[in-house]
Amino acid sequence: MTQAQLAQGISPLLAVRDVSVVFGGIVALNGVSFDMHKGQILGLIGPNGAGKTTLFNCLSRLYQPSSGDILMDGASILTRPPHRIAEIGIGRTFQNVALFPNLSVMDNVRVGTHARTSSDIISDSLRLAWIRRSESSINKKVHEILAYLDLEDVAHTTVSGLPFGTQKRVELARALAADPKILLLDEPAGGLNHEEVHVLGDLIRRIRDERGMTVLLVEHHMGLVMSIADHVVALNFGKKLAEGTPAQVQVNPDVITAYLGSKDQ
Amino acid sequence: MELFTNQVLAGIATGAIYACMALAVVMIYQAIDHLNFAQGEMAMFSTFISWQLMQWGVPYWGAFIIALVLSFVGGIAIERILFKPLAKAPILTNVAGFIALYAIINSSAGLIWDFTIKQYPTPFGSSPFLGSQLISTHQAGMIGVTVLLLIALYFFFQYTRIGLAMRAAASVPESARLVGINTSWMIALGWGMASAIGAIAGMLIAPVVFLEPNMMGGVLIYGFAAAVLGGLTSPFGAVVGGFLVGIFENLAGTYIPGVGNELKLPIALALIISVLVVKPAGLFGRHIVKRV
Repeated sequence: MTQAQLAQGISPLLAVRDVSVVFGGIVALNGVSFDMHKGQILGLIGPNGAGKTTLFNCLSRLYQPSSGDILMDGASILTRPPHRIAEIGIGRTFQNVALFPNLSVMDNVRVGTHARTSSDIISDSLRLAWIRRSESSINKKVHEILAYLDLEDVAHTTVSGLPFGTQKRVELARALAADPKILLLDEPAGGLNHEEVHVLGDLIRRIRDERGMTVLLVEHHMGLVMSIADHVVALNFGKKLAEGTPAQVQVNPDVITAYLGSKDQ
Repeated sequence: MELFTNQVLAGIATGAIYACMALAVVMIYQAIDHLNFAQGEMAMFSTFISWQLMQWGVPYWGAFIIALVLSFVGGIAIERILFKPLAKAPILTNVAGFIALYAIINSSAGLIWDFTIKQYPTPFGSSPFLGSQLISTHQAGMIGVTVLLLIALYFFFQYTRIGLAMRAAASVPESARLVGINTSWMIALGWGMASAIGAIAGMLIAPVVFLEPNMMGGVLIYGFAAAVLGGLTSPFGAVVGGFLVGIFENLAGTYIPGVGNELKLPIALALIISVLVVKPAGLFGRHIVKRV
């Protein structure tokens, strides 16, 4: 029995409750609900335009849902401003990578720890003793994460010059630096080759097992989702189509219709 | 040769002031993508505050520090009250805001302290520096204070958590928010720091240009020229640009026939236009390629 199954029955870590998002006349999400439990890897799938990224943007507070609620540990996240999401333990990566291009890899990861540290401009400017202590613990953490993701060689390189695959790892490192409880990965396999996708799958599983994180994965690469997810939610046209284990969702007739079309059309 | 060295050193001294103004302009430009036309007036007002404090009997460095703190707070207040509400407004609305701010500060200073020219003291004295005729102690003091300021800023932005957060917020605000940075406050902080840096420039240049409400007009144009030359996206470039413009201005005034003191200002404007035509990103700026 996996950790995720053991956790069933206990209240969910993250609960999406009847969330709808309307842009003008377009209904991007229509009453979507699902739960995420601690230690789960949840795969969110669906054809293009199904609403996956919209949902992600609601979770990281870039969009405000028109109705419904999102609960983290039982408390709504919708009243928090975007910069207060990291501190409750939600970290994410972007489909097209949104790093700070003119900062070094190390600074990008260092800035990821922002929500986990505190200081003010006066003590910062005077370099007070306790700031130096916390700086050294930040550096230790940053080095540990760089080593974990095999980024030590490029630590001092400016991000904009790195290959796309490496940039994706830097973005993952930045997200890990905040010690999130939930890691939101937006198409981590996009733009990677077959071998890299395989390595990525192992890495996501290791992050869950070794760092105790819960992962929400939006992904087009079916092989990856089906091999590592414990639970899959399928969306189409903003509605939840199906939910269950990878094996259940794969054979769900609605899902097959959404992806491949049906004979009667 | 002595004339040449003399002019270069004098250029470095005024260049230090242009570097401060350029840095202040670039800091706000990085934060909100607009040029602060009122930067010079803010600096002038800070200088008047320090002058007023000295009139009340506060010693020079006490007045200097108090004026810096008040400028910092004032810069934050201007951002919170005037420019935060304009954050999503079109560019012309912001320009109008800056011009209004310029006029308000300039006239208020005139109203409070009137438009007569006032002497402003220097803490460094104006005797020859270390017995040399090449540079005065005040000029050496201008260079010294600026260099200390630049070193302090470098360490602040490179090695402190808030400094890094400010760089991140200026780089990609959306991502900065996601890692927990309050980008709106980082912008306010940038305004406060820019205002304080401008105040230092004003207080250092006031003994040279004398204190009056229009004292910073010319200085700010050189500051703009420096920022454009170094690249509006590069604080380092702004500083280098400041020193280059200072030296260039002095040498041109001395050696190009017919330029003299009267045509020094048009030279700064000509420099702005030449850089924009030949190398719009400046010496150290990044070319920004927009995705279409």
